[in-house]
Amino acid sequence: MAVNPDLLGRSYPRTDPVEVTPERVAAFARAVKASEPGTGVPPTFAIVVQQAALDALLADPTTGIVLERTVHGEQRFAYRRDLVVGDVLTGELSITGLRALGPAAMVTAETVIRDASTATVATATSVLVVGSEEA
Amino acid sequence: MALEPGAIIAARRIPLTRGDLLAYAAASGDGNLIHQDETVAKQMGLPGVIAHGMLTMGIAVQPVVDWIAETAPGARIAEYGVRFTRPVVVDAAGAEVTIEAKVGAVDAAAGTARIDLTAIAAGQTVLAKAQVRVAGLGPGDDAA
Repeated sequence: MAVNPDLLGRSYPRTDPVEVTPERVAAFARAVKASEPGTGVPPTFAIVVQQAALDALLADPTTGIVLERTVHGEQRFAYRRDLVVGDVLTGELSITGLRALGPAAMVTAETVIRDASTATVATATSVLVVGSEEA
Repeated sequence: MALEPGAIIAARRIPLTRGDLLAYAAASGDGNLIHQDETVAKQMGLPGVIAHGMLTMGIAVQPVVDWIAETAPGARIAEYGVRFTRPVVVDAAGAEVTIEAKVGAVDAAAGTARIDLTAIAAGQTVLAKAQVRVAGLGPGDDAA
């Protein structure tokens, strides 16, 4: 398999806090072409937290996951509530799925996103398709 | 307002430029150069600079956000998922993504609805199984 088979079940430390500031939300809302005036925090802003969590995964040299061979296959979010300006969010990523797809591997990474009170706000799930070195 | 499966609740054509990709990279923290640099993208075997999948995903859901704000302010997005099937190639002249949001299923008793999204660029579907589950469409919504 293209990745370390021991990856399944592995968890990564909680990310640094991501502050949901008006400036960050405005920049993200413009980038995803949200209507003006703004209608709250765009749902996919949650990816900012997951991105921070995925950076830790991609920086781990023991995974076998190499960015240059990795394609984002699928993305899902489940929200307990809307994100709001003022939230301070952290993410904890764990590998919840791993299977071979021919010479490639499909890695499911789930990030639980919590607010400052540690209540879960959302869960972000990415499916990464990691190609083999030979391909 | 009664929701009927099959009803189109929003349709939009969204232009995308390389400047938009830079703006998304800065706003999201995804600095992968395949979304910025033609040379890097081609080295990776891509036809050219491609939009972040997450940018397309982000753009595609905003019409649903507007629809909720306009027609069902008590509702919220409970789930949103997509499969990335094809890259959106953004050449120097830019690209265009066409988004359509259609009611897929309604559970009036639960106050939920599934909205199915299509996203098309250069004549091809770029997101598959793009579905939004909206919750909080209370039974009272019919009377509103």
